[in-house]
Amino acid sequence: MSAYYPTMGLEIHAELLTNSKVFCTCSAEFGGTPNSRCCPVCSGLPGTLPVLNQKAVEYIIKAGYVMNCDISRFTKWDRKNYFYPDLPKAYQISQMPRPVCLSGTVNINVNGEDKVIRINRIHLEEDAGKLVHDDVNRISLADYNRCGIPLIEIVTEPDFHSADEVIAFLEKIKLLLQYAGICDCKMEQGSIRCDVNISIAPKGSTELGTRTELKNLNSLKAISRAIEVEIERQEELLENGERVIQQTRRFNEALGETTAMRSKEDAHDYRYFPDPDIPPIIFTEEELDEIKRSIPELPEQRVARYVDEYGIKRADADIIVGDKRVCDFFDAAIAQYDNPKAVANYIIGELMRRINLGEADMDALKFGGAEFAQLVEFMQTDKISQANAKTILREMIENGGTPKEIADRDDLWIKEDNDLLAKVVDEIIANNPKPVEQYKNGDQKVFGFFMGQANKALKGAASPKAIQEYIRKKLSE
Amino acid sequence: MELTRTTLRALRKALDSKEISAPELASEYLGRIGEQDGKLLSYITVTKDKAMRDAENAQKIIDSGKATALTGIPLAVKDNICIDGVRTTCASKMLENFIPPYNATVIEKLNAEGYVLLGRTSMDEFAMGGSNQTSAFAKTKNPYDLTRVPGGSSGGSAAAVSASLAPAALGSDTGGSIRQPSSFCGVTGIKPTYGRVSRYGLVAFASSLDQIGPICNDARDCAILLNAICGHDRHDATSARVDTPDFTEKLGQPVKGMRIAMPKEFFSDDIDGEVRTAVENAAKELEKQGAVLVQCSMPGLKYAIPAYYLIACAEAASNLSRFDGIKYGFRGEGRTFEELIRDSRSRGFGEEVKRRILLGNYALSSGYYDAYYKKALALKQEIIKEYNDIFELADVILTPTAPTPAYKIGAQDNDPVKMYMADICTVTVNIAKLPGISTTCGYTADGGLPIGMSIIGKRFDEQTILQCADAYEQGFKPVAPTL
Repeated sequence: MSAYYPTMGLEIHAELLTNSKVFCTCSAEFGGTPNSRCCPVCSGLPGTLPVLNQKAVEYIIKAGYVMNCDISRFTKWDRKNYFYPDLPKAYQISQMPRPVCLSGTVNINVNGEDKVIRINRIHLEEDAGKLVHDDVNRISLADYNRCGIPLIEIVTEPDFHSADEVIAFLEKIKLLLQYAGICDCKMEQGSIRCDVNISIAPKGSTELGTRTELKNLNSLKAISRAIEVEIERQEELLENGERVIQQTRRFNEALGETTAMRSKEDAHDYRYFPDPDIPPIIFTEEELDEIKRSIPELPEQRVARYVDEYGIKRADADIIVGDKRVCDFFDAAIAQYDNPKAVANYIIGELMRRINLGEADMDALKFGGAEFAQLVEFMQTDKISQANAKTILREMIENGGTPKEIADRDDLWIKEDNDLLAKVVDEIIANNPKPVEQYKNGDQKVFGFFMGQANKALKGAASPKAIQEYIRKKLSE
Repeated sequence: MELTRTTLRALRKALDSKEISAPELASEYLGRIGEQDGKLLSYITVTKDKAMRDAENAQKIIDSGKATALTGIPLAVKDNICIDGVRTTCASKMLENFIPPYNATVIEKLNAEGYVLLGRTSMDEFAMGGSNQTSAFAKTKNPYDLTRVPGGSSGGSAAAVSASLAPAALGSDTGGSIRQPSSFCGVTGIKPTYGRVSRYGLVAFASSLDQIGPICNDARDCAILLNAICGHDRHDATSARVDTPDFTEKLGQPVKGMRIAMPKEFFSDDIDGEVRTAVENAAKELEKQGAVLVQCSMPGLKYAIPAYYLIACAEAASNLSRFDGIKYGFRGEGRTFEELIRDSRSRGFGEEVKRRILLGNYALSSGYYDAYYKKALALKQEIIKEYNDIFELADVILTPTAPTPAYKIGAQDNDPVKMYMADICTVTVNIAKLPGISTTCGYTADGGLPIGMSIIGKRFDEQTILQCADAYEQGFKPVAPTL
């Protein structure tokens, strides 16, 4: 057991899902040919002026509401001044003393325990461009496509004491932002990024230790690992009688270590001051109410709906809601076929299994919830056997199409063909006198053997019920 | 055609009556520029080919009978207003090769009227100065006395109009940069209310103070040009959503009953005696026409210069940070980013610009912000309040435009504080976002240098100050300079 207790706070940057950038009308889409999505405004040409995207303001207010923040009735923007080639104006338009959102809370559950994380503030700012370093030709290239994409920065209080808590919080934030339609939270594309402020103190101490800030954390795995590594590093320093220096450290995922980027002494003086180009905003209660009302159903509400209204097991509801794509798929499916339990079971038992096996990709599914629901319905109403349903699902995953089309084409319907059923079962019984004998002597277990044989031979041409009844009838003759 | 101090109205008439064609008119002005600007240095770039193309297009509009107020009218534009495809230098080595890929909103508006661009007028570098002597390319001279400054920072625009090298011009005014050179060069210039004219495309000096405005031969022409360039712009969030009246509407109406305030601090001993007398005489003239003079006080004026320079320099330091030699403009040398931008900015900017960047960054630095920038903002509120109080008693305010007439080139080179103090009469108008117009009210006995007076109005009440300036101009005989 370590003699130290870690404390962490997070700074999370999330790109908003607006169509256009925060201060101009350029597309805010990810990627694109370098410098194809910029204009005189976002590339900071002399004389240009920023005009605030009202949608971005709406989104940050929504973010505030889903994290239970106070929304400032008066908010304004400031300039954060520093030189860097990816920042074409040499200042970032951000918010210092008057952010849109203040003091919120987010509930998390870590290993079965509930915990509340406090949000210090959320503010709206613009993203910077991207530098690409060409080490061969020893040049650096600037791509301003990302410049001016609206970002919210979520700053938490130092309420975290383990990597598990941090990960649980990030997963929760991700869900909240995705369900509210604020951010797609694709960490691998950098649409959500997280810096971790971390310090350790002897257990029982009421004072916090000197903190370091971890940057360049590109996945949840990296965050978890970086935290562990940094706690170890700080412990080792203190154990050796050394001090932790307040600095920004970069996590090197390949080497599994953090290295110093800059210390407090080299920190920029950002010379914040109110941006004279952007008038402050005063929100009315009506405007805020309207935005609040437009927030879609959030994860917790969806879980409640599934459990209370549909009678789905809590654990299953959590699984479905845990991935917004799956959850939206589920909602689309039950809109087509009103049997939530059956649909949920088949999503979790079959679709998600295949996704986990890597056979299917939720982002590139060739069919929708409605088609999936049709398949479940055919199965539930004995139109298609379970085995054939699996075959059809595989076909849908590989090539798309509707269950009906595939069943028609490949002749996978249950046909209720009594002559065929009789012929097949009669043959099985004739060929297996020993199990017949066993059954007649009271061994019920061999019934399963006959069912299996019949299913195999009939290939879904008769419903399980019909097969069962016929076998029972024949065996009792 | 006689072009000396010819008004926009006269040119309109001549063009519409086919007395002269737009291309002929453009070539006449281009000819005058070619002959005389070598002495004056009012232009940085003369856009001869574009002018002739513009004029030919304009003539087609005139011939089709669809001409508006400025169709075919040649204009000069200060070199800090972006014009698509036309070099825009801000009189700085930093932007010597900068060709904007877009038009300022005012240029879009002038294009819609079919104006003719004569060229880009010189200015103090990045509009920082009151003499045009910080220009990296053309240190403009005063047309009344070539050994004297034309004022600044719109000194090129004012000198060009004064010497009839353009019938009118656009300038920009951050702390007096339209009014003071208009006063030194004996022409009329108006700084509109902040937000009246879009700043989109004006290379920013101090964003909360900058405003584009006309410099013309008289108030009537100012009204015509202002009509063309004003209005709300969706590209400028600080442009006002207010109705735009016809600024010529109140011209010619008598000033009878108009209350004119003269705060005593603007007539102190710090103001040259001859200037004071000229403005006081002008006040008497207006009184004769029926105006009522109101004595009042503006105690906050003594804080105006420090407040103005802190705010203006803080904003400028930030606005000018983008000139790093990376994307456009002057590029220095260096192995690292830091070396590169240090060299680019050290060599690309002139001394005055660097002085203000240093001042601004100092004022915004952590630990100093509260002592300087925040205090300046408090003073700004005090100045606004004092103006509001005066406007309870008066319709307009009359002051000198500058403490002295045009001074000798070099006279203030080594004393920046003295140079800053010379802005005392004009800066408060920008701080309070008010409209102000300067017109000539006399000439010095020795040397015949113009003396300017300023009329300051309530927010968005350009009509009344234009009316007042025009009423005075109707009884005043201006003297054109001879080069």
